[in-house]
Amino acid sequence: MSRPLFEVLAPGTLSSVQDLGRAGLRALGVPVGGAADRHSAILANLLLGNPAGAALLELTLGGPRLRLLSGATVAITGADIATRCAGVELPGWRPLRLPAGTELAFGSCRRGVRAYLAVAGGLDLPTVLGSRSTDLRAGFGGLQGRPLDAGDVLSAHATAAVPEVDRPEVPGWWIDPTPDLDLSLPAVAAVAPGAAVLDGADWQRLCSTAWRVAPASNRIGLRLQGPPLHLAEAWQRPSEPVLPGTVQLPPDGQPIVLLNDCGSHGGYPRIGHVAAVDLPRLAQLRPGETLRFAAASLGDHDRRACERAARMARIRLALAQRLGREPLGTDG
Amino acid sequence: MSSRVAIEFLGESGLLLRVADDDEARANRRIHALARRLPGKAPAAVTELVPAYASLAVLFDGGPDPSATRTALRAWLEREAAVVDDVAGTAQRVHRLKVRYGGDDGPDLQAVADHAGLDPGEVVARHCAPTYTVAMLGFAPGFPYLLGLDPALAMPRLDAPRASVPAGSVALAGTQAGIYPQAGPGGWRLLGRTDAVLFDPARTPPVLLAPGDQLRFEPA
Repeated sequence: MSRPLFEVLAPGTLSSVQDLGRAGLRALGVPVGGAADRHSAILANLLLGNPAGAALLELTLGGPRLRLLSGATVAITGADIATRCAGVELPGWRPLRLPAGTELAFGSCRRGVRAYLAVAGGLDLPTVLGSRSTDLRAGFGGLQGRPLDAGDVLSAHATAAVPEVDRPEVPGWWIDPTPDLDLSLPAVAAVAPGAAVLDGADWQRLCSTAWRVAPASNRIGLRLQGPPLHLAEAWQRPSEPVLPGTVQLPPDGQPIVLLNDCGSHGGYPRIGHVAAVDLPRLAQLRPGETLRFAAASLGDHDRRACERAARMARIRLALAQRLGREPLGTDG
Repeated sequence: MSSRVAIEFLGESGLLLRVADDDEARANRRIHALARRLPGKAPAAVTELVPAYASLAVLFDGGPDPSATRTALRAWLEREAAVVDDVAGTAQRVHRLKVRYGGDDGPDLQAVADHAGLDPGEVVARHCAPTYTVAMLGFAPGFPYLLGLDPALAMPRLDAPRASVPAGSVALAGTQAGIYPQAGPGGWRLLGRTDAVLFDPARTPPVLLAPGDQLRFEPA
């Protein structure tokens, strides 16, 4: 059962359907993809009692305008984005009930670049290769592999009774996204050394520089600008597998941190690996903003992953209590 | 047999096994033999194996004790890699793809011929002569990196990539050969086009060519 929910009046800068991506197909050259800021996407779903991997919208920079074809319960997370419905300013990080027939209008992201709009039940779209996420480069998944367009109608999986409301209902509680997503600047990412060793003081330089995020950054990777770095010795390897979080050093010495849409393989030297828990913050950086690296070990990355998992378990329990249901599984 | 194996970390949730061998085809065969053998016997934490030219990534879910998982998996991978399969005699699928060479389908055929000091016809003959091996799929879904190109045809990629290369374009870059599954930007030299659909997300499996498969080109 499916329920038409939104008609797209204006699509926004770049809005696409995402979930947690399609893992397991890198051997076929298929990127993982999915929400660039996984943490915010998971929380948006959990706030509604959805599975963590339900399909939602990723809104980039400027959000869409949507007409509600029926009453809906939604949650907005990720970037701090201006949002209004029926004259009411809508805050993020909580479940919101919206009346049928109104317009849900997003403005621009005030901090961060990617906001997530989840709907109770999750967006109802066919899965392609095990996921509803949009692969924008290869052009499949989501809405036929493309971003949202004016005139699109999005449906949600039917959920138990959606209570009709006359005006937007905003609860007085929310989930605090910090410390897991802290949008204050400069952003800091922990980095452990990779297989390609930097020359002399360049590792120290990597970790002491205020790197500027270049305009060419996108869902594939974050391109950084700063003093050029050099390798201790030439890197002579054919293409090898890479992952989101891999820090590459192209010949111009300007590092690239790979994000979710990165290819399965890469030929550039791998100078480091960013902690998985820091990827959501990196996905929220906008061109011109500043990123600093903090030297770490893989053991440090592990410790932070465990701390994150413990906080997520507490959030799941708290939400289950609020929403009056069993805590959902740990599919995030 | 001078083939050495080394294992390094690929971030917190990956291991990378590398085969150092002067013979790149032999290194690649060894990778594919491992990629075929390991799935049936991998510990539960292993989520994905990703083969490349001369390396194999083993990705895993670290679980409640990621450091211990990583250490245990590294030891397991070292043991597995110590066994070398005799893969020379293993029968592989051989695909045959018809290619329309030159003209609008292969706008770089003449440039490759000039670079090699050959007629375009000789380039086509030399391109169709070898049996290629799909060393890996990467760059884009279903994009095969092929081993086996005649070194006489080797030519560096374009200085500036084309904004759009048509789907099915049969191409080379340096000593690598490949085929573009979808239209998109690309800097490889285009020799011709095939109508074969290399990647279709609605198909099972979605790719026409699998890593380790063999391939021959024929003029259409």
